[in-house]
Amino acid sequence: MEYSLEMLSIIGAVVTVSFGAIGPAFSEGRAVAAAMDAIARQPESAGPLSRTLFVGLAMIETMAIYCLVIALLLLYANPFVA
Amino acid sequence: METSPLAPDILFQLGPVPISRPVVTTWAIMAVLTAVSWLGLRRASVHAGTLQTVLEIVVETLEKQVYEIIRRDPWPYLPLLGTLFIFLVFANLSVIVPGMKPPTGHIETPAALAAIVFLSAHYFGVRSRGLVEYARRYTKPNLLLLPLNVLSEITRTFSLMVRLFGNIMSHEFVIAIVVFLAGLLLPIPFMLLGILIGIIQAYIFTVLAAVFIGAAVGSVEAE
Repeated sequence: MEYSLEMLSIIGAVVTVSFGAIGPAFSEGRAVAAAMDAIARQPESAGPLSRTLFVGLAMIETMAIYCLVIALLLLYANPFVA
Repeated sequence: METSPLAPDILFQLGPVPISRPVVTTWAIMAVLTAVSWLGLRRASVHAGTLQTVLEIVVETLEKQVYEIIRRDPWPYLPLLGTLFIFLVFANLSVIVPGMKPPTGHIETPAALAAIVFLSAHYFGVRSRGLVEYARRYTKPNLLLLPLNVLSEITRTFSLMVRLFGNIMSHEFVIAIVVFLAGLLLPIPFMLLGILIGIIQAYIFTVLAAVFIGAAVGSVEAE
């Protein structure tokens, strides 16, 4: 069976997205759990906490989105596939 | 589905200039926002009517939020940040209007907005602190960290762009795949999730822009 560059690109995109989602998923879970813990201890600080949480989640999520962008580049704008 | 999300979506040619779909949607949103503001403030009075009250509530909420982030007088920055937020909410939510595609789902619009944030952060920083003092910020805490500071400046602008683009575009993809898999009722919860994603991404983009500008102008104690 012959491997074409397109096939390998698709496999590469799948691996990128699937493994790239693991780390951000874990860390977002930990961040939300920590924020819930803090809000449960001090409900009056929910406002600033949730704002910081959203910004932090956006930062963490960026890693997953980088992986998504690389997958899209592999699929749609692959420089090695003419 | 088969069209690339990175390729421009050309609607028609205006002379030699190709006009893409995001441009048309952006101008439509701009026209709607301008018309609503004009209608609401055409006869602005102390005893405000319904529309003027709504607009005032929006502006005051934005002012309070921006103040809580940058901890100084928000009015020099509010026109930019407020416009960004309101435009992004409308742009992201244009996905729920049948036939419209969100302009933020193509990479040009987030790139332009991120470039505006990047340049205006430097503008506000230089105006607030002076050129030399502002440039000295990059050599803190040590001159050795100058390349890293410059690099972080570039990557955070890039990630600002990619985050907005990736979220909105990937949501369009999810909807397309769900419609492809199961026809009628199943896409509706995903579309509702899309409303949430659109508003959260508009909020995050604005908050990050405010954080960047706040970091560029420095804290009040530093003055």
